[in-house]
Amino acid sequence: MIHSLFLINSSGDIFLEKHWKSVVSRSVCDYFFEAQERATEAENVPPVIPTPHHYLLNVYRHKIFFVAVIQTEVPPLFVIEFLHRVVDTFQDYFGVCSEVVIKDNVVVVYEVLEEMLDNGFPLATESNILKELIKPPTILRTVVNTITGSTNVGDQLPTGQLSVVPWRRTGVKYTNNEAYFDVIEEIDAIIDKSGSTITAEIQGVIDACVKLTGMPDLTLSFMNPRLLDDVSFHPCVRFKRWESERILSFIPPDGNFRLLSYHVSAQNLVAIPVYVKHNISFRDSSSLGRFEITVGPKQTMGKTVEGVMVTSQMPKGVLNMSLTPSQGMHTFDPVTKLLSWDVGKINPQKLPSLKGTMSLQAGTSKPDENPTINLQFKIQQLAISGLKVNRLDMYGEKYKPFKGIKYMTKAGKFQVRT
Amino acid sequence: MSASSLGYNEQGGEAATEQGQEATPTTAPSVPAAFGLFSSDTKKNEDLKQMLESNKDSAKLDAMKRIVGMIAKGKNASELFPAVVKNVASKNIEIKKLVYVYLMRYAEEQQDLALLSISTFQRALKDPNQLIRASALRVLSSIRVPIIVPIMMLAIKEASADLSPYVRKNAAHAIQKLYSLDPEQKEMLIEVIEKLLKDKSTLVAGSVVMAFEEVCPDRIDLIHKNYRKLCNLLVDVEEWGQVVIIHMLTRYARTQFVSPWKEDGVLEEDNEKDFYESDEEQKEKDQKVKKPYAMDPDHRLLIRNTKPLLQSRNAAVVMAVAQLYWHLAPKSEAGIVSKSLVRLLRSNREVQYIVLQNIATMSIQRKGMFEPYLKSFYVRSTDPTMIKTSKLEILTNLANEANISTLLREFQTYVKSQDKQFAAATIQAIGRCATNISEVTDTCLNGLVCLLSNRDEIVVAESVVVIKKLLQTQPAHHGEIIKHMAKLLDTITVPVARASILWLIGEYCERVPKIAPDVLRKMAKSFTNEDDLVKLQILNLGAKLYLTNSKQTKLLTQYILNLGKYDQSYDIRDRTRFIRQLIVPNEKSGALSKYAKKIFLAQKPAPLLESPFKDRDRFQLGTLSHTLNTKAIGYLELSNWPEVAPDPSVRNVEVIELGKEWSVALGKAKKEKPTEKFYSDSEEEESASTTDTESESTSESEKEKNGKEEGSSMENSESSSEELSDSESESKEGSAKKKFKTTEESDSDDTEKKTKMISKKRESSGSSDSESSSTEESSSDSESESDSESDAESRKHKNAIASKVSSPIFVPMKTHELLHRMSGKGLAAHYHFSRQPCIYGNQMVSVQVTLTNTTDQKLENIHVGERKLPAGMKMHVFNPIEFLEPEESITVSMGIDFCDSTQTASFQLCTKEDHFNVNIQPPVGELLLPVTMSEKDFKTEQGMLTGMNETSTTITVAPQNSTRLVLLEKVVKAANLGVVPSGQDNIHRFSAKTVHSGSLMLVTVELKEGSTAQLIINTEKTVIGSILLRELKPVLSQG
Repeated sequence: MIHSLFLINSSGDIFLEKHWKSVVSRSVCDYFFEAQERATEAENVPPVIPTPHHYLLNVYRHKIFFVAVIQTEVPPLFVIEFLHRVVDTFQDYFGVCSEVVIKDNVVVVYEVLEEMLDNGFPLATESNILKELIKPPTILRTVVNTITGSTNVGDQLPTGQLSVVPWRRTGVKYTNNEAYFDVIEEIDAIIDKSGSTITAEIQGVIDACVKLTGMPDLTLSFMNPRLLDDVSFHPCVRFKRWESERILSFIPPDGNFRLLSYHVSAQNLVAIPVYVKHNISFRDSSSLGRFEITVGPKQTMGKTVEGVMVTSQMPKGVLNMSLTPSQGMHTFDPVTKLLSWDVGKINPQKLPSLKGTMSLQAGTSKPDENPTINLQFKIQQLAISGLKVNRLDMYGEKYKPFKGIKYMTKAGKFQVRT
Repeated sequence: MSASSLGYNEQGGEAATEQGQEATPTTAPSVPAAFGLFSSDTKKNEDLKQMLESNKDSAKLDAMKRIVGMIAKGKNASELFPAVVKNVASKNIEIKKLVYVYLMRYAEEQQDLALLSISTFQRALKDPNQLIRASALRVLSSIRVPIIVPIMMLAIKEASADLSPYVRKNAAHAIQKLYSLDPEQKEMLIEVIEKLLKDKSTLVAGSVVMAFEEVCPDRIDLIHKNYRKLCNLLVDVEEWGQVVIIHMLTRYARTQFVSPWKEDGVLEEDNEKDFYESDEEQKEKDQKVKKPYAMDPDHRLLIRNTKPLLQSRNAAVVMAVAQLYWHLAPKSEAGIVSKSLVRLLRSNREVQYIVLQNIATMSIQRKGMFEPYLKSFYVRSTDPTMIKTSKLEILTNLANEANISTLLREFQTYVKSQDKQFAAATIQAIGRCATNISEVTDTCLNGLVCLLSNRDEIVVAESVVVIKKLLQTQPAHHGEIIKHMAKLLDTITVPVARASILWLIGEYCERVPKIAPDVLRKMAKSFTNEDDLVKLQILNLGAKLYLTNSKQTKLLTQYILNLGKYDQSYDIRDRTRFIRQLIVPNEKSGALSKYAKKIFLAQKPAPLLESPFKDRDRFQLGTLSHTLNTKAIGYLELSNWPEVAPDPSVRNVEVIELGKEWSVALGKAKKEKPTEKFYSDSEEEESASTTDTESESTSESEKEKNGKEEGSSMENSESSSEELSDSESESKEGSAKKKFKTTEESDSDDTEKKTKMISKKRESSGSSDSESSSTEESSSDSESESDSESDAESRKHKNAIASKVSSPIFVPMKTHELLHRMSGKGLAAHYHFSRQPCIYGNQMVSVQVTLTNTTDQKLENIHVGERKLPAGMKMHVFNPIEFLEPEESITVSMGIDFCDSTQTASFQLCTKEDHFNVNIQPPVGELLLPVTMSEKDFKTEQGMLTGMNETSTTITVAPQNSTRLVLLEKVVKAANLGVVPSGQDNIHRFSAKTVHSGSLMLVTVELKEGSTAQLIINTEKTVIGSILLRELKPVLSQG
């Protein structure tokens, strides 16, 4: 399946290569560079590039291209999903996934990649198992290792791979037993010029951080499971139980994991928690344009909207902008024409606004389209769909764990057309 | 961190040496550069060698880490092979691992030396620890040294019989490695694969199927015996294995089962046919009568067992299941995958790209699948261009009469996009919509003409090209547009656009007789500076004008032909020669020139604007070949369905007796591997627990469905259906079956007890059943009673709707025939509409079906088989009826979502032996639910539903109908309407809402002088409104 992997940074250097079968010369990446050149922007590079003898499948994350070389027919999503899993694993191991970090930890990276694939077929992709095989580097362990000469490689052979619950390592012990669940919902929306909603949907996830001793068996139930329209589970969730009772029953992996992601059924009307008033106008004759936007809360269920960030890609004709915000900071990059305004919290009494003028390139006609405004925001302690966790129970272990549930609503792909 | 600092040192050191090399020639010209390079290299490796030979593990480890760093950067470290290979037996586990990494990379290049390490692995293969055995096999098989092929073969054979499933998994991987090293071992390897395929461990399944796919994908016969096992294990296999197994089983199923689709096949079904679905259904029905289709239980098993995987977090698994449903499931069932696919669109850019491509292919053939998710494909300005164009493609495919106006509005936004490539694609899309949906052709054309004055040249050029194609499809009365475009020639520079305009003018030169010659004059002036494409069209234009208007253009054309004769391009010179011979009469010109006009100005068929994804369906969905639209190396063709299914008994496993196959298989599996089947275990527990609790509450639809599916599969696979039918009651049959299954699984002692219990239950429920059925037969009153009970229940769930919907004023007794007893071989079926909100879903119409057995034998297992529903329609079937005594009848209720249309719902009514195709077509009056409202509300609502939404007619009312009571009775009999209290005597108002969409339906009958009346219907659903109007007319006018 997967023959080789090349890691390429944004300046086009191949800084890591790994082969699982015979060595494939790195010159194969020339085809990739060609495609990259044609695409002009990194995100427009096609994920699948055919070459005379190989196929290059790539993903672009953290400013790094992960290019997998394959030789024969294979479901492309198989490879793409695997590459994303590799990136996730790196992130899990090193906290961040960047060129510097990968170069610094090249040996660990190599060992991890070796375990993840055998002959190009995924072998161990669960981070719980990998961490048992190869311990992630921590500062403490590095110090200890240099003094005592011990190693990162687990000296105990991992048993997780052989167990009935391959996602959980054995012999977990904590002094404080705790289980935290974050219900995070994202609103994807397109709002049109006049402020009416063209499309809006809610996507949610439940991320968990479970630190429990032994083999706990958890059940999580909702007050209103009917809201969940389409769900996808971590492999640990027992599907039958969900089908019949709408209860999540699972033996959790150790540590952080995504328990569930869901989609709220389309019938439910989506409450849009913010609105944007805008007045952006170009005039044909003048080289100045007017720019004014105001952001305000709407349907927030009494919660404050925070972390508001407004970004907008201005048309090419805009040379510069002179704006004054009523609060927060704003920047305009005259090269990329990207305007961003970090608003912060919205105070309903005094709505934040950004006003000013745009100077346009002289002699060119006015742009056809007003820029779209992208919005980010956060609302703590609110799941906008109204989803509520009913209870969390633990079976199989004697102790009493500490349990916590947190709700949050965020903007997903939230766009306002102007 | 030691590793990192070393890494840096090494880098720094290397940079220094490189600088040194560059510096050497200048500072010391006497030393050859090559020597400098050589010396520095050996020197560097020298210290690594020393470190490796030291007896301190830490030094060795540092050295190995530096070497791995070199490998990672793609630097050659092969010289160190002898020094490294010595450490293969190191006690330190990390050193050992790094040596393995090194060996796998370089063993191929240093075969002789690599042999030194073999004995170490051979020893490790015998280690008592399974993980050490596994890793030894992994490395041994990865070093790609042909000499050791026999050793590898031996090791694989041994490992495939290992007690540890983990070692067997590694053996499966090793098979592929050995095969790529030495394909001549194929036969022996197939033997090993055959053995491993029988393995019951979930750990092995994925890997061995992978090996199968790589070594012998054509040996379908190896799968037969393992098919059912693979289907049942699938849920528990790790996610990557699932993908491989699903793809393999898809191919397998296509060779083993007959098509569950209509006989004319998927290939012939195209967009146009979709519009005439009812015709097609008719045809299909005819064929069905000739040859009834029953799905092979194994086929069903695969489809059922893959369904839960749609909920996987792994996009590849979801896609694999989606393609399986697309290629294997009956068309009515394939729809369930769309929701999951749309979910994947939230994922990363790359996943989106692949999924959108697959959706694009699907949406061409079956629009209905993705129509409800139209808005999920709306484009955001932040999407990358490739995502935008894929989404646009899907939107275009999904366009139909109903949504086109919204779509066009959306497209207008896209045209203005700053991303010009995308704007151009949008214009193409508008063009396609315009040709496909004739109602909007003019609107689109006008819109495109407006775009001609756009500032951006790319947009204008694209519009010209599209307008050209559109005009060709309907050339009448478009002289104005052509004139407008002729003016554009002065400004526009994009060659394709210029060529298109010229072609248009030439083609329709008779419509613009004054302008055409002038255009030719201008073009003659600029001929030499034009693009080749444009030159060709100038020549064409000249030729056409010469033929139609030779007086004005003769000289001009000859001038152009002369220019063309000396052009640099072969093509243009050729074309010039060809045209001259044809149009200019001379003595040499043959018979053809007479027909020149016919040749040049022939009626040309309009171009078809087609989706670029049109031909992609030749590839299996979800494959690399599909993404690339070319056959990838190693692509395995999906075969067509066989005409006649090969013998299904090959899948039976010999050891097990036919009758008890299922229960035994399950029981056995449980005994053999108590630890490995995590999910299945819990499932069993669960079904046991449900048996305890479920006895009363069979109303929950989910459970019922589960029960039913399990039930049908059981009887299909010839399991103990005979015994079952004896021990089961009618109403509780789903749960009873479940019980029976679990009892089979549990100990035999238990079995006896439980069967007794069940049979007791049967007695009691059986008697109550016969009672109720007899009452139902005699009068429909009792029915509506039981209905109102269920109504109350549904009210609990859907307060909001129930509060508004009133109970029907009148429930007609009229029954419709579903199946005549003659054609049903003694089974007769009638249906009628109970006019109650359906308990199965608030968009469904509830239908009561009365089944009567007119034979003198028991009819067994009456159930609904395959359904053929138009897109969007849903159906909730009744639970299978275990048996029906002679002369008995039973009434069951079903729910059908007709999507507010009067399209027929066709399905099969099956008994144990037979299938009968039946249809239910709802009268429009039954698609409504009465609504109570005051006169005032009625008027405000009516005020909002005017214009387009109003249909009215004047009718003559029969004299006896003009009294209020009679009129009300007649109307509510014909349609399920609620009466609105009216203040005026001569005006009668009725209100209802449609079942599916809940749109209001307001009916007004205004009696006038001279026995005429005005009948007005206000509704958003104009189609239904007009049908209702048509149906009410005779009701009132006839006596």
